[in-house]
Amino acid sequence: MEFLMALVVGVFFAVSIYFMLSKKLLKVVFGTLLISHAANLMLLTSGGLKGEKAPILSDGSTLSYADPIPQALILTAIVIGFGVTAFILVLTCRLYKTFATDDLSILRGEANEK
Amino acid sequence: MTIVISPFVFGLIVLPFLHKIKLRFHKWVGIVPLVLFLTILKYKSSIINGNIVSEAYQWVPSFDVSLSFRLDGLSFIFALIITGIGFLVVIYSKKYMHSESAISRYFSYILLFMSSMLGVVLSNNLISLFVFWELTSISSYLLIGFWFYKEKSRYGAWKALLITAGGGLAMLAGFILMYTVTGSFEISQILSQKELIKSSPFYLTILVLTLIGSFTKSAQFPFHVWLPDAMEAPTPVSAYLHSATMVKAGIYLLARLNPVLGGSSYWFYMVTFTGILTMCYGSIMAIRQRDLKALLAFSTISQLGLITSLLGVSTETAVIGAVFHIINHAAFKGSLFMVTGIIDHEAGTRNLDELGGLGRKMPFTAVVALIGALAMAGIPPLNGFISKELFFEAVLVDGWAGYVLPALAVFGSIFTFIYSMIFVISPFLGTYKPKEKTVHEAPWGLLLSPMILGVTNLALGIYPKLVADIISKGAANILGKYVDAHLSLWHGFNVPLLMSLIVISFGCLLFSRLNYVKHIIEKIQMKKINLNKLYDLFQTGIPKFAGFITEKQMTGFLRDYLVYILSFVFLSVGLTSLFFMELSIPNLNLERIDVYEYVVAAIMVVSSIFLLFTRKRLIAILILGVIGYMVSLFFVLEKAPDLALTQLIVETITLVLFLIAFPHLPEITEENSKRSTKIINAAVSILTGLTVTFLMVYSKAYKIYESVSSYYIDNSLLLGGGKNIVNVILVDFRGFDTMGEITVLGIAAFSVYALIKLRLGGRKYE
Repeated sequence: MEFLMALVVGVFFAVSIYFMLSKKLLKVVFGTLLISHAANLMLLTSGGLKGEKAPILSDGSTLSYADPIPQALILTAIVIGFGVTAFILVLTCRLYKTFATDDLSILRGEANEK
Repeated sequence: MTIVISPFVFGLIVLPFLHKIKLRFHKWVGIVPLVLFLTILKYKSSIINGNIVSEAYQWVPSFDVSLSFRLDGLSFIFALIITGIGFLVVIYSKKYMHSESAISRYFSYILLFMSSMLGVVLSNNLISLFVFWELTSISSYLLIGFWFYKEKSRYGAWKALLITAGGGLAMLAGFILMYTVTGSFEISQILSQKELIKSSPFYLTILVLTLIGSFTKSAQFPFHVWLPDAMEAPTPVSAYLHSATMVKAGIYLLARLNPVLGGSSYWFYMVTFTGILTMCYGSIMAIRQRDLKALLAFSTISQLGLITSLLGVSTETAVIGAVFHIINHAAFKGSLFMVTGIIDHEAGTRNLDELGGLGRKMPFTAVVALIGALAMAGIPPLNGFISKELFFEAVLVDGWAGYVLPALAVFGSIFTFIYSMIFVISPFLGTYKPKEKTVHEAPWGLLLSPMILGVTNLALGIYPKLVADIISKGAANILGKYVDAHLSLWHGFNVPLLMSLIVISFGCLLFSRLNYVKHIIEKIQMKKINLNKLYDLFQTGIPKFAGFITEKQMTGFLRDYLVYILSFVFLSVGLTSLFFMELSIPNLNLERIDVYEYVVAAIMVVSSIFLLFTRKRLIAILILGVIGYMVSLFFVLEKAPDLALTQLIVETITLVLFLIAFPHLPEITEENSKRSTKIINAAVSILTGLTVTFLMVYSKAYKIYESVSSYYIDNSLLLGGGKNIVNVILVDFRGFDTMGEITVLGIAAFSVYALIKLRLGGRKYE
C-alpha cells in the first residue's frame, strides 16, 4: 500500500509543480491546492499505513492503533491549507479584477525595481 | 603580563578623554612604551636563566580559549623591539606630525597597534593570538589610511587590510585544524605534542594554511603587493609597522611554530624558496624605484624574504642568523625610514630624481643614513654584516639546494648592496638638486631617534656579544633545544666571507653601471604578469561576477525561483540518494493492497492527470473536488476519522468558495510560453515527483528510529484526560501549535475580508 501511495503522491507532486510553474494565476492556485493534498498523503504514508483501528482508546482490544502523530499534524495542515487556498483564491480574483490580466509575467510591478 | 593591555587603555580611553578635556597629553605619550620597555627588560635575567614567565586569564573556557600570556626568549626579543622602536617612533612622530591637527587620533592608533602587536608575540593561546593578529591588521588599516582624504591612502589601506586579514582567516583555519589534532589551543601544549601534528594526515593542510597567514602578513611573494601601497602611511608609521614590527608578525609565527611544523621537507622547500625568491625579487625591484620610501618598501620585502628563508633552513646557524637579523633589520630599517622622513620633511620631496647633494646641508642625517645603509648592505663593522655572514653560512646546505640557495643568496645580496648604495649616495652626494634652497639640518626631535638606532647598529656590529645570550634563548625557543650563539665580527677566511667579497665587488661594479643595470631590469620585467593588476581585477571582478549571478537568479518571477529551488532539491537529494543508497528493492507489500484501495488510488491519479488537460474552469474545479473527496475517503480507509471529517468539511467549503468566486475567475487559456520553457517545466515537475516517490519508498524501507507515538498512546488518558489521541495531541500536548494554526486561519480570514472590502471601497480601480 505504501508503494502505491508513493506513486500517487509522486504524480500529485509532479502535476501540482507543473501547475505552479505556469504563468497563469488560476493554475498556480490549483497547484497550491493539489500540493497540500500531496503533502498530507505523504505525511500519513510516512507514519505507516494499515493501522488496525482508529487512534481512539478502547479497553480490552489487542488491535494496534493507527499512528496518531501524522494524523494530528495533517489535521493542522488541512486547516492551514484551507486558509491559504481561500486567501490566494480571493487574491487571484482581486488581481484579475484590478489588472485585467491573469499572466504572472505581466504582473511585474514598477519598471524601476532593478 | 597584563601590561599588554595598558596601551589599549591609553590609546582608546585615556587619550580621547584627555583630548576631549583639552589636555595635551600626547606630548608625553612616549612614557607608555618606555615604561613597557623597562618592565619587559626587567625579566631579562630570568629569561636568560631559562625561565618562562606566564600568566593566564579565562576568556571563553567552554571553547578552550583563554587570555594566556607567555614570555620566553623569542617573545622577549620581539617585545623589546616593539616597545623600544615604539618609544623611538613616538618621540620622532611628536616632531614629525606636530602640525597635524588629529595628532591625538594618531597616537591612539599607534598605541592600539602597540598593544595588539605585544598581544601577538606574548599570547600563549592560538585564538587570542589570532584576535591580536587581526587587531594589528586593523590598526595598520587605520594608520595607512590616516590621511583618509587622499585616494591613494584609502586604496593602500584597503589593500593591506584585505590581504593581511584574508591571510589571517586562512591561518585561523590552520589553527582550528591544529586544535582538532591536539585538542588544545594553548601554544605551550601544542609545542609539547609536535609529533602528533607531524604524523597527522592534516599536517600539510595545517602547514599551507598557516604559511598563507604568515606570508601575507610578512609580505612574501606573491602576497607582497600590499606593502608598497602601504607606504602612503605617515613615515613614522612605515618605520614602525611596515618594517620593524607588524610585518615581522608572520616571521614570528614561523619562528614560534617551527618546532611543530618545521623540520619536514615540505617546510624546507616551501619556506626557504619562498623566502629566497622574495629576497631576490624585492631587491631587484627596489633598484627601479624613484621614491625613497618605495625603495625601502621593496627592500623590506627583500629583507623579510631573507629572514623567512633562514627560518626555512632552520639549522642552528640559520636560526641564530634569523633572530639576529630580526633585531638588526628593525634597527637599521627603522633608522633609514626615519632618515627618509627627515629628507621628506626638510627637502619637501622623496623623489630620487629631485634629490642630491644634501650631505653638506645635513651632515648628521647623512651619517645616520650611511650607517643604516652599510648595515643593510652587510658591510663590516656593522651588525648587518654579521647576520649576512650567518645567512651565507646557513644557505650552504647539503644536496642540490646547496648550490641553488647560495647562488640566489649572493645574487639577491648584490642587488641589496646596490640599492643600499643608491639610498646613501643619490640623495646625499653629487650636485645639489632640491628646488627648496633653504634645506638645513633636521631638528633634534627628528634626529634623536634615528641616531639612537644608528648607535645601536654600530654597537651590535662591534660588540655583538651584547645580545648573544638573549639570541641564544630566542633561537633555542625556535629550535626547541639548547643553543649557544657565538657572534663575532671576524669569522676567519671561509666561504661566507668569500661570498661577501663577491657581493661587494660585483655590487660596486654594477653600481658604477647603474643606468645600464636599470635598463636591463626594465626590459626583463614582465608586463603580462602584473600582480597589482591581478589584485585590481579581483577588486572589480568579484562585484561584477556577483552582479551577474544576482541578475540571473533574482528575476522576480515565481516560476524561475521554483525552478532553481526544485532543481537543487533534485540534484542534492534525488541524485545523491540515487548514488549513495543501496539499491535493493524494498519489500513492496503488494499483496496487502485491497481492490478498493486500487480504485481510490486510480481515481486520484487519473483525475489529477485529467486536470492537466482540461480547458474548462468548472470541470477543473469539480475534478479538484473529486480529488479532495478521494483523499478523505482514503483517510477513512486508513482509520483516521478526524481527518476524514475535517477533509470532508474543508473540501465542501473550498468547493463552495470556488463556485462563489467562479464569475470573477480568469478563463483557462493557452499559455504563450516558449517550447523550451514548457519542456523545462515538465522535466522539473517529473523529476521532483520521482524524487518524492523514491524518497517515500526508501524511507519506508529504512526505518531507523522507533516511532514516538507510543508515548502519546500511553499518556493520552493519563495526562490529557481524553480517549481520542489525535484530539488530545492537538489541544493538550501540542496546544500551542493549534494556537498558531488558529492564528494563521484568523490572519487568512482577515486578509480575505480586507481584499474583498478593498475591492468594494476602491472604486477607482473598477
